[in-house]
Amino acid sequence: MTAAITARGLARHFGAVVAVAGIDLDIPRAQIYGFLGPNGSGKSTTIRMLCGLLVPTRGTVTVLGHSVPREAEVVRRKLGYMTQRFSLWDDLTVAENLDFMARVYGLDRGQRRDRSASRIAEYGLAPLVKQRAGTLSGGERQRLALAAATLHGPELLLLDEPTSAVDPQSRRDFWESLFALVAQGTTILVSTHYMDEAERCHRLAILDRGRIAAEGAPRELARDIDATVIEIEAGDLVAARRALAGLGEVRSIAQLGHRLHVLLRRDAPEPERRLAEALAPHCPDARVERVDASLEDVFVAATRLRDGLVLELVA
Amino acid sequence: MKWLERLFAIAQKEVRQLARDRITVGLIVGIPTIQLLLFGYAINFDVRSVSTVVLDQARTSLSRRLVGDLGATQVPGAIRQADSEAELRRLVQRGEANVGIVIPPDVERRIAEGGRAAVQILVDGSQPALENVAEGLSAMPLLRRAGAVAPAKPVEILVAYNPQRRTAVQIVPALCGVILTMTMVVFTASAIVRERERGNLELLITTPVTRGQLMAGKLLPYVVIGFIQTTLVLLLGWFLFDVPVAGSLVDLYLGALLFIAASLSLGLFISTLAQTQFQAMQMAIVTMLPSILMSGFMFPFEGMPEAAQAIAQVLPLTHFNEIIRGIVLRGARLADMQSELGKLAAFLAVMLALSVARFRKRLD
Repeated sequence: MTAAITARGLARHFGAVVAVAGIDLDIPRAQIYGFLGPNGSGKSTTIRMLCGLLVPTRGTVTVLGHSVPREAEVVRRKLGYMTQRFSLWDDLTVAENLDFMARVYGLDRGQRRDRSASRIAEYGLAPLVKQRAGTLSGGERQRLALAAATLHGPELLLLDEPTSAVDPQSRRDFWESLFALVAQGTTILVSTHYMDEAERCHRLAILDRGRIAAEGAPRELARDIDATVIEIEAGDLVAARRALAGLGEVRSIAQLGHRLHVLLRRDAPEPERRLAEALAPHCPDARVERVDASLEDVFVAATRLRDGLVLELVA
Repeated sequence: MKWLERLFAIAQKEVRQLARDRITVGLIVGIPTIQLLLFGYAINFDVRSVSTVVLDQARTSLSRRLVGDLGATQVPGAIRQADSEAELRRLVQRGEANVGIVIPPDVERRIAEGGRAAVQILVDGSQPALENVAEGLSAMPLLRRAGAVAPAKPVEILVAYNPQRRTAVQIVPALCGVILTMTMVVFTASAIVRERERGNLELLITTPVTRGQLMAGKLLPYVVIGFIQTTLVLLLGWFLFDVPVAGSLVDLYLGALLFIAASLSLGLFISTLAQTQFQAMQMAIVTMLPSILMSGFMFPFEGMPEAAQAIAQVLPLTHFNEIIRGIVLRGARLADMQSELGKLAAFLAVMLALSVARFRKRLD
């Protein structure tokens, strides 16, 4: 089976600003594919190019076997899109919003009734049907938006930061719904800046300033991380931090409660011993331990480390 | 069928949202009612009761009869007498009198001899309508009074279709077009731009809905609103100001339909330019003022400079004013006004073409 989305050399400029700087994508079908990246990394721009809302400055896109933007209209029938901002109508009720979207997607009367009823049941909207969308909570709006985006049984769902205004429990439920859709064969592309959400994706691209900094399954990414991860426990973390900051192989230091989480260059020899030696004069009680990389480490290694490299070159 | 189904889905959504927006519903009925009452009672091109001061230097029976005749025309209000030319000028200057009339001591000889002006009229030129008053007064039958050469009036003016020269008769039909211009352009422009501002449009354009369905569906409800407003103005005009429709109602509504469509297309075009509702409002006002001032609603079209006339030719309101005045006042038929209809249709076609060209199902 062909990929749901392929892109080659995809780039988009806004005047002098390069939002997306030439990326390649191969997004397999019936999986959840994540875009992880900070604000301004090009996630939304890429998603908008994939659904034909923005025309790429360079590069080619094929979505569900159709070239975009040329065949965007064909793709739009098979596509569900959840914008970053809630974009259904605040002054219409839940039921009216769903009925309107079903009509816009061209469902006939019978389908409209059945699909609306099943989405209302699936996403727990039954008590809210007569309520205006503008009065819903963040989690409720998001369930409504997902219900609306899946009314026409799309093959592909594009979700642009769908959980940014949602409480943790609603986020859990939301992801359960996504896995249920994937089980039915839907391909889902979701952008996020939450590590725990990225962790749930089948595959992931880490976007940084318009480029893909790393790509793969979350586990692979953690395994193949281009860094060694060390955790340090010490009484005086401030002193420990100061002692480590001068070391050339240290890429990043972050505090996690009573511990310091340190990323070092992967090629640094005997990292534990090096760090222990550096700490000994300042923090005799320091305990140094090598740990598995988390997705956040991958993210930091893939994005912030490049700053380090640049700095090194300049120095 | 599916094509129409989508269009109606959008139209129905628009109507639902409108119906829930109580202020807008109020404006749809309120704007025509208030404007008609305001302009119908306040705008008065008939000049009556102008404060007048007379300096009668002759003090003869003839000069007293002249003053009496002036009063009888009802154009001057209370006539004050001045004792000197200085006092008369002072009164006019202070604004206590708008018109000053000087009857010179030798008025009888001047009339008898002819050649020189018998009576001098001093007008406050800072008030536009008053010049017409002076014109009117200067045509007073002085000569007949003097018993001298009694010239037959060379030209007799006969005011057809509005013999009493009532302002309301001219105002009501014209106001219909002005009100439609004001509401149609703003309503459509802001209805579409609002969806862009709120992000609804980003969602809508990723659905299979077409440009045509989107635009037609959004405009359709406003055509109905335009008809409601037209009807309201005509009914109020008839009952309050006694201005019935002389021509055919079918013709009237067909003409109104074309004008409403032209105004909506202008609003649509504005919506493709504006990013925010505020911008849309500003642009609508830019088109509204020339429409009101230059379409022949306020000032006679023929009196305007050529450049202004050319601009007025572009404005739909100019042509609609001709059409609706013709049908309401003269009982004209729509078939007789093909030139105006053609110009309105051309405006509509150009605006629609521009809007379609600019309205893309994209964000860039």
